[in-house]
Amino acid sequence: MMMSLGVVDREFHVFRGLPDADGEHIGEVKSFTVPVQPGWVVLDALLYLQAHNAPDLAIRWNCKAAKCGSCAAEINGLPSLMCKTRLDHMPLDKPVLVRPMRTFPLIKDLVTDVSWNYEINKRITPFTPYNDDQSTWRYFQEDADRVQEFRKCIECFLCQNSCHVIRHHRKFNHFAGPRFLVRLASLEMHPLDVADRIPFIKEEAGIGLCNITKCCTERCPEDIRITDNAIIPLKERVVDRYYDPITMLLHKIGIK
Amino acid sequence: MMSVHYETKTYDVLVIGAGGAGLRAAIEASAQGVSVALVTKSLLGKAHTVMAEGGMAAALSYVDADDCWQAHYKDTIRGGKYLSNYRMAELHAKEAPERVKELEKWGAVFDRTPDGRILQRPFGGHTYRRLAHVGDRTGLELIRTLQDKGIHCGIDVHMECTMTHLLKDGDQVAGAFGYWRESGRFILINAKAVILCTGGIGKAYKVTSNSWEYTADGQAMAMKIGAELIDMEFLQFHPTGMVCPPSVKGILVTEAVRGEGGKLTNALGERFMKNYDPERMELSTRDIVSKAIYTEVKEGRGSPNGGVFLDISHRGADYIKRKLPSMYHQFLELGDVDITKGPMEVGPTMHYTMGGVRVHPETQEVLNVTGLYAAGEVSGGLHGGNRLGGNSLSDLIVFGQRAGKHAAEFAKQQTVLPKINDEEVKGYAEELVAPFERDSKAETPYQIQADLQDLMANKVGIVREEQGLKEAIEELQVMKARAKVARVDGSRAYNPGWHLSHDIHNMILVGEVVAQAALQRTESRGGHTRLDHLEPDNEQWRFVNSTIRLNESDELEVSTYEKPQMDAALRDLFDKSDELAITQSKQKI
Amino acid sequence: MLEAFLSKNLVTQGFGKTDRKDAWWWEQVFTVVALTVFGLYGVYRAFENGFYEVGPYLSPFYSPNLKALFPQAFDWFQLSPAFLILWAPLGFRGTCYFYRRTYYRAIFNDPPACAVDKPKQGLLRPLADYTGETLFPFILQNFHRYFLYVALVLVAFHWVHAFQSIFWDGQIGFGVGSLIVWLDTILLTLYVFSCHSLRHLIGGKLNTFTGGIFSRIAYFKWFNQTKLNQEHWLYAWVSLFTVGLCDLYIRLVANGTITDWNTWGLDWSGVGCLH
Repeated sequence: MMMSLGVVDREFHVFRGLPDADGEHIGEVKSFTVPVQPGWVVLDALLYLQAHNAPDLAIRWNCKAAKCGSCAAEINGLPSLMCKTRLDHMPLDKPVLVRPMRTFPLIKDLVTDVSWNYEINKRITPFTPYNDDQSTWRYFQEDADRVQEFRKCIECFLCQNSCHVIRHHRKFNHFAGPRFLVRLASLEMHPLDVADRIPFIKEEAGIGLCNITKCCTERCPEDIRITDNAIIPLKERVVDRYYDPITMLLHKIGIK
Repeated sequence: MMSVHYETKTYDVLVIGAGGAGLRAAIEASAQGVSVALVTKSLLGKAHTVMAEGGMAAALSYVDADDCWQAHYKDTIRGGKYLSNYRMAELHAKEAPERVKELEKWGAVFDRTPDGRILQRPFGGHTYRRLAHVGDRTGLELIRTLQDKGIHCGIDVHMECTMTHLLKDGDQVAGAFGYWRESGRFILINAKAVILCTGGIGKAYKVTSNSWEYTADGQAMAMKIGAELIDMEFLQFHPTGMVCPPSVKGILVTEAVRGEGGKLTNALGERFMKNYDPERMELSTRDIVSKAIYTEVKEGRGSPNGGVFLDISHRGADYIKRKLPSMYHQFLELGDVDITKGPMEVGPTMHYTMGGVRVHPETQEVLNVTGLYAAGEVSGGLHGGNRLGGNSLSDLIVFGQRAGKHAAEFAKQQTVLPKINDEEVKGYAEELVAPFERDSKAETPYQIQADLQDLMANKVGIVREEQGLKEAIEELQVMKARAKVARVDGSRAYNPGWHLSHDIHNMILVGEVVAQAALQRTESRGGHTRLDHLEPDNEQWRFVNSTIRLNESDELEVSTYEKPQMDAALRDLFDKSDELAITQSKQKI
Repeated sequence: MLEAFLSKNLVTQGFGKTDRKDAWWWEQVFTVVALTVFGLYGVYRAFENGFYEVGPYLSPFYSPNLKALFPQAFDWFQLSPAFLILWAPLGFRGTCYFYRRTYYRAIFNDPPACAVDKPKQGLLRPLADYTGETLFPFILQNFHRYFLYVALVLVAFHWVHAFQSIFWDGQIGFGVGSLIVWLDTILLTLYVFSCHSLRHLIGGKLNTFTGGIFSRIAYFKWFNQTKLNQEHWLYAWVSLFTVGLCDLYIRLVANGTITDWNTWGLDWSGVGCLH
């Protein structure tokens, strides 16, 4: 796509507000006009607003290069990274709507409280290698490839925000969300790891609540094939342990 | 007057900054059995470490069997233009392999050699293939590994919490004071030992690869309680940052592009590095490549957008997507360039602060302040005049671990918590809320920061000269005054304008430190280039490091000290080509 | 604050409420129309119990040809043989990870599309409380692999019929019907072999591919099947259309509506009787 040339005035509708006592998003969408330069992303426009129109506009961002995952928000209704959403890829005549992630309690303006995610991570059994003698550890790039895809995750929590199990059904207490199913997959498929997280995946991470509708995969800015490569393989592993009579029998007599 | 109430928490060890060094320090301290608080301005795992791409240097010798710590040591010293602290460089080279292996033990998944060990790639200034890496997102792997290890270590992580002042009890550090970003409420952490891991000063520059957090907090806080900053004239301008479109100017293009065979050409299609470093070409050290690009552009052989071309497309699309996936996406999505098909345009970007807080080379304790430690980019010494690519990540884990260990040991020896002076703290709190009371027509700190960034880029940038530096120092005084009256709108709840109103002071102060140090060193060496003194002046400057501190009347005091002597055993590692640097050392012993 | 927020019940602003400005409803409409048309046609054809075999061609809805294989059995089993067959492909597609995604979205509106609100209850969202795939009947989705085993058998039969479709009276040849049968067989094979459960069974379940020859073979299988698996969604849709097309073609030839062009120079038009 060609870049539009020169500076263009564009309209932005930006949510501004504070939470009520329960963390609900209370506020309104305010309209701003920003002189947009070629190549700008949404975050550029918001930082311009901060510097010129609204110095106290709360935005969470760090690297502005799609590597840290801080600036997740909802742009024109789609969960996206503000630093990766190009303005010249959006219709020129329509205003750009920016709202905070709806799934999480509001802190202020575009910033939400994502601490729930950090709590989930603490409950996951960490990497547990099969022995302590590191000099014997060997595995091929093929094994690394599979796990590295999951470890690309920048923890922007857009998948958590997009997942209807959390977003609409609010299964915060019964479901770990795509991000942590990805993390669990990275541990379960680690060639050296021997910890058994399958019961956790079924009971506490609640993988059965996922109905593989793939919004996590659609919205992942790192293009991790969350559903196909992490969640479905984990579901199949849960089937091996809990549903398939043949593999259950084999597991019981010690064949894996 | 707004509320100046604050909550108080107590810990044995407080770690400020949760990047690679901070996390590693916290994990180590916690392993020593002391209580640890880890404070970060951002969310956990978002620190600037995630931006590190190419790899971490460690002489594991998995790929090149000839590699050894001595070779890494020599490369570091040579790369640092012989100004590195010898002891630190030695410890770094010796301990890096162990630290890297430790990461694997904690779950890091590095790229593999054909026989299943950690793969190492070549990098500028490293004699052997030495950098353990994960494609082009090694920093993310490092921080995620430490993060996932850290959350199971019983560390109290305080996210989105900014520390603004270090506190002292006599000569000893007593903790730190600051605010929660979310609510704006004040918090005091009373600790027996404090470890600074706050990173660099990049946000004082316009074109930088650094994130907004890099506001020189640690350097400024430490100076204010008596620490010295050393080698601050040495800034690393990474040769390859994006240049187009303007909004992404400065975003890092990993050196791994050159490590994997990328070729630099100018507008004439010439591989110009042959004129600057014919032997190492693109894999020369960063200071040399940056200056080469600067020269090419200045002499009119630059690309249309004021950079040069970097081409990796000859490696084939599959290889590029596998080894440089983030670069591929970064250019495709932000720059509309497909790097598997054609060249990218690149130019220098402010990347790293070689200098920093002067610390003890083994314990990382800050000189003059008992109980205060510093590790990572905020500390100075290891990298001397120029840092080699890949040495920063290994720096983080080697000296992060050391700082954590020694801080914990120190804390264990303390039987009582250092005392806090409530009046002093209240004073800081009042100072922090003061901007809310100011004239609503005054300028915002954003404008001052923009001006600062321009000033630093123009007059204390990749090349400097006496006149410009003097002007810069004068203009910085004006900015200081402007910052003191800058206004803040809104409330204390998550108010970036308010946050900046404090950070701007740090950036201006440390900006002046850089300018003063640059003015003092009347030669060109490594990451410091003086147009009015283009050659290295070995007589005067080869054996001294610069140091700057704040005196009692809050003025900067600039001086030098003679760098420590290399042990004979280390000295013997070097050969004829290093004679110039080594001879005099030998004579001096 | 967090606790209160997290424990709140379903927040919905009403069906289809979203800030999205793109045509998110397009996929939903397409899915509903496609599945309805195919479903109605399939039910009709299953009951029709005829026009499924003509010349060398056999409709996939009636493959394997049970009546030809076990003629006596149909003396007492009076219903269409399709009922003995269609449960298997229906079960395979019904528990298929891709179709699950598709019908949970389009039919159960759970969710209608990403970041689009769902109806609270009622016809558009038949299930009261959301339990995902943890309770009956959706817990049965976990048996997808057993439907895979049956589907593999059916694929084998399809290949038999595909080869039969190029022989007539001991003469090798082909007709438009053969082409359609082959197209259907190939796409059905791609669809079945790109299955997520198969991906797990042939290697995905392993934690490591490092090691001897068996690990290398497992990796080779898994790695190559993964490439197929990435297009599973495409094969799922296209094979659905080709199955329908193949059956429709045979039906139209069998009942005399159209004539099959073939190298044997024969006209079977209308000779496929209503059994």
